[in-house]
Amino acid sequence: MNNLYLLTAHQLLDQLRTKSVSSEEIVESVYERAGSVDKKVKAYVVLERERAIKQAKESSLNKSDGKLKGIPVAVKDNICVEGELTTCASKILKGFRPPYNATVIDRLLNAGAVLMGKTNMDEFAFGSSCESSSYYPTLNPWDLERIPGGSSGGSAAAVAADEAIMALGSDTGGSIRQPAALCGVVGMKPTYGRVSRYGLIAFASSLDQIGPITKDVRDAALLLSVIAGFDNKDSTSVSPKKDETDYLKFLENDVKGIKIGIPKEYFVSGMDKEVERAVREAVTLFRDLGAEVVDVSLPHTEYAVAVYYIIATAEASSNLARFDGVQYGYRCGNPENILDMYERTRGEGFGPEAKRRIMLGTHVLSSGYYDAYYLKAQKVRRLIKDDFDRVFESGVDCILTPTSPTAAFKVGEKSADPLSMYLSDIFTISVNLAGVPAISVPCGFTKSNLPIGMQLIGNFFEEGKLFKAAYTYEQNTDWRKRKPKL
Amino acid sequence: MSIKEDKVRYIARLARIKLSEKEVKLFSHQLDDILAYVEKLNKLNIQKETPPMSHPHLPSNPWRVDEVKPSVSSETALKNAPQRRGDFFQVPKIIED
Repeated sequence: MNNLYLLTAHQLLDQLRTKSVSSEEIVESVYERAGSVDKKVKAYVVLERERAIKQAKESSLNKSDGKLKGIPVAVKDNICVEGELTTCASKILKGFRPPYNATVIDRLLNAGAVLMGKTNMDEFAFGSSCESSSYYPTLNPWDLERIPGGSSGGSAAAVAADEAIMALGSDTGGSIRQPAALCGVVGMKPTYGRVSRYGLIAFASSLDQIGPITKDVRDAALLLSVIAGFDNKDSTSVSPKKDETDYLKFLENDVKGIKIGIPKEYFVSGMDKEVERAVREAVTLFRDLGAEVVDVSLPHTEYAVAVYYIIATAEASSNLARFDGVQYGYRCGNPENILDMYERTRGEGFGPEAKRRIMLGTHVLSSGYYDAYYLKAQKVRRLIKDDFDRVFESGVDCILTPTSPTAAFKVGEKSADPLSMYLSDIFTISVNLAGVPAISVPCGFTKSNLPIGMQLIGNFFEEGKLFKAAYTYEQNTDWRKRKPKL
Repeated sequence: MSIKEDKVRYIARLARIKLSEKEVKLFSHQLDDILAYVEKLNKLNIQKETPPMSHPHLPSNPWRVDEVKPSVSSETALKNAPQRRGDFFQVPKIIED
């Protein structure tokens, strides 16, 4: 068996149960694959073969029946793994090895998963293209001249290139869903509070969520079932009302009677024709399968990017104050005094996008500007959430939109113009501001063979409905069978 | 509201980031673009009583019992220190003579 790397976690788990393969064989197969394609894709920043083999052996010996027993998982570089390099792809965290595991890592290990390595990202998750990594840009497996999306570009590219069976990403304004769409894989941002943020190095604390990036919908439901749940180490973690975190039970091929809302604000003139066509065809398929399709309106959509770049940068400027060269990471050479140490450590340690966002956040929170920017943005954030509440209260089960306005763009195309980069998140940002869950699922390809993704958005804690709709769509299409040629 | 270069230097000082003159010029221009874009919020007629939203869920403070629990050892906590002396993080002198 030398093509184990091509399979999904649920396919491999079936084989592991019948003992036709071992976890060590899976790990070896995925490493061999990474060894042959990661030179091109550059999805990983750390690959820990020895440690993974050891974990695979331990996982096989351990008799407990973990949900992910023996499955290799890749982890975004902003999630703390004890004793493992965790740098947010930033020079300022050079050499940082956390003294503890993030809660999601403990949950993965308790479920018997094997950690493959750390995946590349935009520095501190600031970006939509993976180009702002301090290591190197990750490239799109479907076209190596294009970006994989971001910020979880490494995780999405690793899954798309079969260099990982499944992966964890984090999503603050679309950082799981947009790269999943651009790489042709499945990615979910859970409801805010569903997954513990303990050990996720914070970008914007009121928006960040960790979530799965996988080859199909079943694997996304499986991985979310493992990482979701209350954690007393995260004060924003929410207790499930009932035992609602076994998402596999929602995987039914049936959308009869489900009400799907199409927001007119997400289908604007000037949007990419191929993306629009693919998403419209998905709507038609849902209707043919028995779903009820209705027009809805989310009137404050056009303000979401503006609100986001005030709130997210304000929170980031505060969260990133901790990187000062005192306790961990990079410190500048020969500081003259403490102020010089802070300023040069941060001036030399942060890349341009991190500096830009910290500066913007500092400005909007500074004396005399708070009301004009931050307070106003928080009020419009409320209006954006109210838009979603109204649609879901009207009986809509999920909202269908494109995930990204275009397919993957060329490396360097937007890096000189931060605002045009920010606007590539236009369809994903509102979801984080409101706090609701959303999933991106492959829904077609452009003529030049680049993947297109659609987004399904649900009400608070209704990930189950999203999995059901996404699974039904997936079972009735075969986009997932296409693989990039590497 | 446009961002002059002096303003960029002032914000950089507040944020404790040393910028080169080249960066000051670049950021002055780029922050201008971004702030001009967010001006669109002024088009909205926001009701005075609209409550600002800081968090997706209703604010309720989660309480727990205040108990002493084991934590990481100082040796572990100091492992990532750029510079240490004994059981302490070492930094340049903070208090003037």
